[in-house]
Amino acid sequence: MTGIENLLLEHQQEELTNRELGFWLYLMTDAIIFALLFATYVVMFSNTAGGTEPAQLFDLSHVGWETTCLLLSSTSFGLAWLAVQADKRQTAVLWLVVTCLLGVSFLGLEIKEFVDLINQQATPQRSGYLSAFFTLVATHGLHVSIGLLGILVMIGQLIMEGRTAPVISRLFRLGLFWHFLDIIWIGIFSVVYLPVFIR
Amino acid sequence: MTLLGRLSLEALPFYSWVAMGGAVVTLLAVLLPVLFLSYKRLWPWLWREWLTSVDHKKIGVMYIVLALAMLVRGFIDAIMMRAQQAIALNNEGYLPPEHFEQIFTSHGTIMIFFMAMPFLTGLINIIVPLQIGARDVAFPFLNSVSLWLTAAGAGLVATSLVIGRFSTAGWTGYPPYSGIQYSPGVGVDYWIWALMVSGVGSTLTGINFIVTILRCRAPGMTLMKMPLFVWTTLCTSLLIAFAFPALTVVAAMLGLDRTLGMHFFTNELGGNMMNFANLLWIWGHPEVYILILPAFGIYSEVTATFARKPLFGYRSLVYATAVIALLSFTVWLHHFFTMGSSASVNAVFGIATMVIAVPTGVKIFDWLFTLFRGQITFHPALLFTIGFIVTFVIGGMTGVLLAIPPVDYQMHNTTFLVAHFHNMLIPGALFGYLAGMQYWFPKAFGFTLNQRWGKWIFWLWTIGFYLAFMPLYLVGLLGMPRRLEQYTTPEWQPYLIVAFIGACFVLAGLCAIFIQLWVSVREREQNRDTTGDPWDGRTLEWYTSSPPAPYNFASIPKGDERDAFWQMKQTRMAYRFTQPSSIILPANTGMGVLLGVSGGILGFAMVWHIWWLALLALISIIALVVVRSSREERVSIYQPELIQSLEKPWQTSLAQAGLIGDGDPI
Repeated sequence: MTGIENLLLEHQQEELTNRELGFWLYLMTDAIIFALLFATYVVMFSNTAGGTEPAQLFDLSHVGWETTCLLLSSTSFGLAWLAVQADKRQTAVLWLVVTCLLGVSFLGLEIKEFVDLINQQATPQRSGYLSAFFTLVATHGLHVSIGLLGILVMIGQLIMEGRTAPVISRLFRLGLFWHFLDIIWIGIFSVVYLPVFIR
Repeated sequence: MTLLGRLSLEALPFYSWVAMGGAVVTLLAVLLPVLFLSYKRLWPWLWREWLTSVDHKKIGVMYIVLALAMLVRGFIDAIMMRAQQAIALNNEGYLPPEHFEQIFTSHGTIMIFFMAMPFLTGLINIIVPLQIGARDVAFPFLNSVSLWLTAAGAGLVATSLVIGRFSTAGWTGYPPYSGIQYSPGVGVDYWIWALMVSGVGSTLTGINFIVTILRCRAPGMTLMKMPLFVWTTLCTSLLIAFAFPALTVVAAMLGLDRTLGMHFFTNELGGNMMNFANLLWIWGHPEVYILILPAFGIYSEVTATFARKPLFGYRSLVYATAVIALLSFTVWLHHFFTMGSSASVNAVFGIATMVIAVPTGVKIFDWLFTLFRGQITFHPALLFTIGFIVTFVIGGMTGVLLAIPPVDYQMHNTTFLVAHFHNMLIPGALFGYLAGMQYWFPKAFGFTLNQRWGKWIFWLWTIGFYLAFMPLYLVGLLGMPRRLEQYTTPEWQPYLIVAFIGACFVLAGLCAIFIQLWVSVREREQNRDTTGDPWDGRTLEWYTSSPPAPYNFASIPKGDERDAFWQMKQTRMAYRFTQPSSIILPANTGMGVLLGVSGGILGFAMVWHIWWLALLALISIIALVVVRSSREERVSIYQPELIQSLEKPWQTSLAQAGLIGDGDPI
């Protein structure tokens, strides 16, 4: 290997390590966005303005399926990551496809929930509470959509470029993002849905 | 629904002569440079060398160009308001109320987001990588994206002068007034989108500099050996990363209220306006320290250099900076004591606010003790620093006054408050940036600024500041509310006339900045900085040529000591060069510009409800990001021979200056 190639490799390695730290920081900024949306949701909880009450809004089994899909998708992403580590590219792609399908199912269920709510006149325009609910949950959904786009891009890159250092690094960061969304969902489940069912 | 959404010919500013004048001036300010560049056929050069550059020094310069342009724009607003209030006793003055409201809104918005933020980001960009002995920032491409998103935000505010109107809701945009019911026009939407687009840019800058400072320091430079400007930048970057998301959230919620008819902050159906104030100031109070901490860093560097002493109490300055950064998140409620939280809540936040005066006081004493028995050179940068120390103490004391909730109930919404925060932000932040410009200009351009004009800038700004804002303290104590378009109390007018005279002094000071630039460029041959170290500096940015080569340092210096470069000079270890090896730098890319343009178009389309255009801009943003992340990064390689030829002129001048001895290897 010539000196220049070594240098390029070193340069790339350093860049990728920087990006990992940078991505963690980005996730922190995103966590603050969600923290404030959660805070707003809690503040607005009783501001239903005579509209539908939280207790009448949600369906436990529906939320259960959503949660199952998302948690399983995190598992399948983990399996994809393990396959990449073990140098099994096809298995990795397969698990990413599974992750994608689970993510799409989650989004589908979420959209169905929203449509049902809107059909019951529980629109985001109806009350401050519903504005906060839709914004919090839809922001998470938007993140999931972006994550899905990322997974599609990564499937393409795995197939086209294989296990290069940048691809592995990107996949690692995408994994952070995906698991982060899982944690946020657990927050949503505990703050938005669970209190209503316990009551 | 039409193809152009809400946009029609009515958006053009034919409603008042002053507004039309503003539009014409804006158009000319854009058209004249465009024509000049086209006439000189400079576009390809501009695109290749500047717009697409990912070099932190060039990005920094572009930030400061933006900041100076916006300083002019924001100042025109300021002097228009001062002129209006000086004459508007029992008459309408020359500005209609609606237009006056647009002006005070755009003044605040521009000065904070598009003058102060780019100015400090520019200085940080130029200097921090040099001070830590790095070749560039951690994410050069992201840096370019940040710049162009900031520029897109500034572009949106500028566009509102020509197409449509700007917000009339003040720079803080409190609902319900800023809600769709009371502000149905496009003004508040311009405000929202300008903030969101540029806010994303700022957040990325914050992340970029945290990683840069934590990961790219020269060997040997532990955290406690970093120059103080690097420390304040680190704290500011942390504040940016943790505070700006709040701005994004609050602006987005207001946007959802306005565009989709939600009820976060409305008067009816369960909206909660106090939540807006909370969310806004959770960003807004740290923002004050985001603006001021880098200036504190600049004052520290300037004081040490021009007193020719190491900083007194380096450790205490570092800890004070960190404590200020931490406390800045605990005081946001003092911006709305009068909203009626309980007495205990107000007391907690009042005390927390007063506590911030302690670390700030520590800093003031540290600077004073650094100056004490120093060998002082009264360079314009040091004049700004001394002016800051004296003036800032006044602002700090009025701040502690306002931190007492019962006093705040009296002063709330008066010009006393206006005087207070201008007292913090002009001497506190802007003087620091101007000092930084005087101090570091030779590093960026290779020649020093004319010092005589530098002193004029200092005196005109300082005198102008006192004349403009001391009367506002007094007239505020007399009970004058802020943002008055006209008034009927004759006792106020003398103060407001004095304030207008002060604004005229500042106008002269502003002109002096540009005269200084012009004079200095004209005399550049006499004032060349050939050694790269015009002020006998202490930190690593002076240990390279002015302007530095694209890779900053031919070989990375060591940062083993505090004031590393000074120590090298003392022990005669400086300027010992070794054979350079190849260097890799990222290649230029136009994607930053494209992303900025797409962001600006997205904002414009959302303001005017042109949905197809918004969708197009969004798709373009996504496509650009995907393409960027799928393509192998392009780099340019500097071979040793090229580096040697680039370093030759500097080393020759060092030898001529007698800084490299005969026995020293070149």
